[in-house]
Amino acid sequence: MATTLTINGEQKSVDAPADMPLLWVLRDVLGMTGTKFGCGIAQCGACTVHIDGKAVRSCMLSVGAVRDRAVTTIEGIGASPVGAKVQKAWLDVEVIQCGYCQSGQIMSAAALLAATPNPDDSDIDAAMAGNICRCGTYVRIRAAIKQAASGRQS
Amino acid sequence: MKVAARIPGAVSRRGLLTGGLAGGLLFAFHVPLRAADGLPLRSVNEPVQPPDVTEGKFAPNAFIRIDELGQTTLVMPQVEMGQGIYTAIAMILAEELDADFSKVTLLHAPPNDKLYANPLFGLQATGGSTSVRAFWKPLRQAGASARAMLVQAAAAQWQVEPASCKASNGEVVHKESGRTLSYGALAAAASGQTPPKDIAPKDPKDFVLIGKPLKRLDTPDKVNGKVVYGIDAILPDMKFATLAQCPVFGGKVGKVDDSAAIRIPGVRKIIVLDDLVAVVGDHMWAAKKGLEAVVIDWDEGPNATISSKDIWQDLRAASEKDGVVAKSEGDIAKGLATGERFDAAYELPFLAHAAMEPLNATVHVKSDSCEIWTGTQIMTRVQSEAAKAAGLPVDKVIVNNHLLGGGFGRKLEPDMVVAAVRIAKQVDGPVKVVWTREEDIQHDVYRPAYRDTISATLSDGKIVGWKYRVSGSSVMARWLPPAFQKGIDIDAVDSAVDMPYDIPNFHVEYLRAEPRAVPTGFWRGVGPNNNVFAIECFMDELARKAGKDPIVFRRGMLGKNPRLLAALNLVAEKSGWGQPLPARTGRGVCVQPSFGSFIATVVEAEIDEYGEVHLRRITSAVDTGIAVNPDTIEAQVQGGLVFGLTAALYGEVTIDKGRVQQSNFNDYRMLRIDQTPKIDVHVIKSGEVPGGIGETGVTAGPPALRNAIYAVTGVALRRLPIDRSLIAGKKT
Repeated sequence: MATTLTINGEQKSVDAPADMPLLWVLRDVLGMTGTKFGCGIAQCGACTVHIDGKAVRSCMLSVGAVRDRAVTTIEGIGASPVGAKVQKAWLDVEVIQCGYCQSGQIMSAAALLAATPNPDDSDIDAAMAGNICRCGTYVRIRAAIKQAASGRQS
Repeated sequence: MKVAARIPGAVSRRGLLTGGLAGGLLFAFHVPLRAADGLPLRSVNEPVQPPDVTEGKFAPNAFIRIDELGQTTLVMPQVEMGQGIYTAIAMILAEELDADFSKVTLLHAPPNDKLYANPLFGLQATGGSTSVRAFWKPLRQAGASARAMLVQAAAAQWQVEPASCKASNGEVVHKESGRTLSYGALAAAASGQTPPKDIAPKDPKDFVLIGKPLKRLDTPDKVNGKVVYGIDAILPDMKFATLAQCPVFGGKVGKVDDSAAIRIPGVRKIIVLDDLVAVVGDHMWAAKKGLEAVVIDWDEGPNATISSKDIWQDLRAASEKDGVVAKSEGDIAKGLATGERFDAAYELPFLAHAAMEPLNATVHVKSDSCEIWTGTQIMTRVQSEAAKAAGLPVDKVIVNNHLLGGGFGRKLEPDMVVAAVRIAKQVDGPVKVVWTREEDIQHDVYRPAYRDTISATLSDGKIVGWKYRVSGSSVMARWLPPAFQKGIDIDAVDSAVDMPYDIPNFHVEYLRAEPRAVPTGFWRGVGPNNNVFAIECFMDELARKAGKDPIVFRRGMLGKNPRLLAALNLVAEKSGWGQPLPARTGRGVCVQPSFGSFIATVVEAEIDEYGEVHLRRITSAVDTGIAVNPDTIEAQVQGGLVFGLTAALYGEVTIDKGRVQQSNFNDYRMLRIDQTPKIDVHVIKSGEVPGGIGETGVTAGPPALRNAIYAVTGVALRRLPIDRSLIAGKKT
């Protein structure tokens, strides 16, 4: 079934069954591998993308349900000022270790900051608790979100 | 910081993707990138198999390549799985080479034990927190020797003494005249130079890179989706596959009905091997749905009745027997007959690795060759095992390594690649084989279950006798047989035979006890996981028997270990040890000399009346010798603590009817950000040779937390994970 998706501001036509999760459409049909497969059951957050600016787990979201809503992925998040700030803070604070979960972490953090420009610790906990980092970079994720929020330079 | 310099004229991956889509193709092709000259692009992130190319370059050793444009490429003998080793190796090489660090590019090493073996294993393997320890000398030697050859080449050109020249930041300077020549300009001439014998590496006081918290070289492409892990490999006409192995260990495929599966759109092929079923499709979704639709009757075999209860019964019985003596000092019989005697046994469960990147390998088998794209900690072993599976000579197998989305020891095994090769043999063209998370957790090689028994005697508040026995599976005996000598697994007794405390009568035994059915492997923290836990938990129990504060008690026995004592004193100060705490809150301490590093850790936790544990604050002080990159040291200890505390709070793989009961992150839980407290790491300045760091936090966390629980509840937990029911409602 041909579906037209708007991904990072571009129209993409994909031939995929309607029940196919967006994750696999991105990775295996469109070759956009920045969005990661981690668990397949919305438990780890590695597959997080934005749908109309909200963080969503793409492994459980069927492509048919996306319709005409705007999809933003890690490949496109740097185009928004909030996304670029988050990416910069991630590097300034040197958050990343293996990096596999960090696409999802950055997408969750960017959605948080877009909705809550000055999050406190409990806002961060609520927005980020769905994203597992096996390398244990949580302390620096928290610091980077605060830095991105304040605009402070390291 | 440039890490992924592109050769001018090369096509970018993004360009290929866009071009492919613009051409109306449904699949975006990612052709392994080659520059115009056919050589691999010099990018850390690209899955390339660098031939050990030396032509036209100054190539003084296996690690350094400088071309006539001055492009300096450093070949990484160890793999990057998050631990920051690519940056550390580059810093060590560039330090001694006096390269311009802002311009170096990195390459994954190809499989080659002769050039790139880890000196501690005799094998091209990354693990055991050995990278900097094993490569410190060879890398410094390689850098210093290359620098000397460049200086000689410049001196010859200027007809001056080499001693009158100095290398710095990628060029050689003649001090008197101020003349300079870049490394690029010297590359050809340097190739003809003979390296001086006995070249001395730098005096650490002259380091310009080592010791600085430089930015990591591998992270810029990890914030924008550009980084390519093994699971991200894309090849022209590639198919996707996922697999099911028999849920019971050792079981085989019986009958298969694939009539429904083959009708699912996108499913191309069902492959039935003796021990697994794989479905090949146009994408992972088709493969997954196809596999769900295959009806498989498993021949479960002899392990189908085994449960955790049986395995623990076996291990407990075995652990009561005498083991092989690994170390004995003083007179243990006399020691155990002196003073008051205490006995305890500590138990650690099987654990899965659960790296965030699920197991995967992409393989293209042709009649006369096999090419593999994956992320592995064992390049050469993967190559040789894949060759066996493919029925090809080793030199016909190409392995393209990638940055790893976590390793933690799981990728010290080749099984995922071997399975992918066996599947790929039945597929025309390349196939990407990806494990579901469930398959990844249920077909791991598990951290062994251990049972450690201790008998100790106290006299006048001091330990006079210490008899310790480690019982469990030997990973070494299977993985590196030469390291298993006279019945002793040197890894399993690591941190037990070299325990830091001064005890006059000291005896350590090892007892190999292999579990039925369950395969075991290395898991981040390796042998010290079990020993640091048992020793440090028992230390707190003995301190209480002796009526002493846990830190005071330990201090009294660390006289011969000044580095660890200094770390303990620093952590006591920084953690506020002894200062008042709220109700139901306590602190626990752990010290350990493991991996050549000395670390003391205090965990502060609240234990509520339901037995739920709330981490409040963690403080570590670490002396790891010369800290190559202090920021990486801090990050590794922080992350290691989270990894270890995850296991302490949640980690257990259990077996029922011969199969693993856990399946995904819903029932194999991970610590999350809302449970992670502030973690302060104090790196102690030291001039000693560097120690390992990737695993130190892992082993430090669990005993420190358990001792905090002991302080609050008075319950001496002797088993992980923490059993809330034993501490609910308890208070000292």
